[in-house]
Amino acid sequence: MSVRVGVVLFPGSNRDIDAINGLTVAGAEPVILWHEQADLDGVSAILLPGGFAYGDYLRAGVIARFSPVMRSVAAFAGRGGPVLGICNGFQVLAEAGLVPGALLRNRGLRFVCRQVSLRAEHLDTPFTRELAGAGPLRMPVAHGEGCYFADDATLDALEADGRVLWRYVGEDGEVAAPDERANPNGSLRGIAGVRNAAGNVAGLMPHPETAVESILGSDDGLGILRSLVVSAREYAQTGELSGVRAAAAVAAS
Amino acid sequence: MSAYRFAVNVTPKPGILDPQGRAVERSLPHLGIEGVSAVRVGRRVELTVDADDEAAARAVVETLASELLSNPLIEAYRVERAADAAAVGS
Repeated sequence: MSVRVGVVLFPGSNRDIDAINGLTVAGAEPVILWHEQADLDGVSAILLPGGFAYGDYLRAGVIARFSPVMRSVAAFAGRGGPVLGICNGFQVLAEAGLVPGALLRNRGLRFVCRQVSLRAEHLDTPFTRELAGAGPLRMPVAHGEGCYFADDATLDALEADGRVLWRYVGEDGEVAAPDERANPNGSLRGIAGVRNAAGNVAGLMPHPETAVESILGSDDGLGILRSLVVSAREYAQTGELSGVRAAAAVAAS
Repeated sequence: MSAYRFAVNVTPKPGILDPQGRAVERSLPHLGIEGVSAVRVGRRVELTVDADDEAAARAVVETLASELLSNPLIEAYRVERAADAAAVGS
């Protein structure tokens, strides 16, 4: 039985079709969740796709945060459901405070659209569990505000807590510093994606959903979407997720 | 109820990378301008609030400035009265 995974559609989303295709290739049944609906239609995971929600007015992602669907997404995340935000979806999650940090204007000021290499930092999470054995992952970025920022204390805590999930790496496989070309936006400590304290909500700037078939130039992104779909299936069947922490443990930390 | 006009000035916090400010700064020599430094680019939002008094209106502005107009992780804001603009109403 295929599992239902929601794709949130804001006015200005433009990677929703790619997300739907990627989830389909990964074995899920995608379900569009319109931004004005509060009902999540029985989905077992949620993907926030890329684009320019509400025109990115004011700050990327901020106005989307106040939409009816996002209140339901926040509640779903609070119940432990898996949520993945990609690109603009990451910006929405960051503005909503569902994942730590902020995405600043790219250090080079330009919109950057090209292939990058990523390294998954942990393979025991709901978003990386199908990446075992994979080398650096090739997939595109396409954004103007993707420079990951958090203060040093927060960055230290994220690293110590295993919450940095993906980093930009150079051809040598080493983490790309903010001023290196392999780091497309100047992200601190090469961070391309992070997750929340509980571990069930993650955001990343690059686009795994447009790297799911070799005809697209890379299928390295498929493992991330398959991880989400496996997690959705697990959450649908058990109401829980592997690789996350109980709410009580998070509250105590 | 009266109408109160405010302005909210949002700027990147100290220490936060501001590539826009840096780009502006680097352009200045092309204009033959020297001696300008620490350029920071922010945003100014003007708005009118209907409220019983200025304190109530300011409280509304403070709320929306902190909840919506700025991201407290990276931006600071300052609220000021923008007195005479209220009559314009547009």
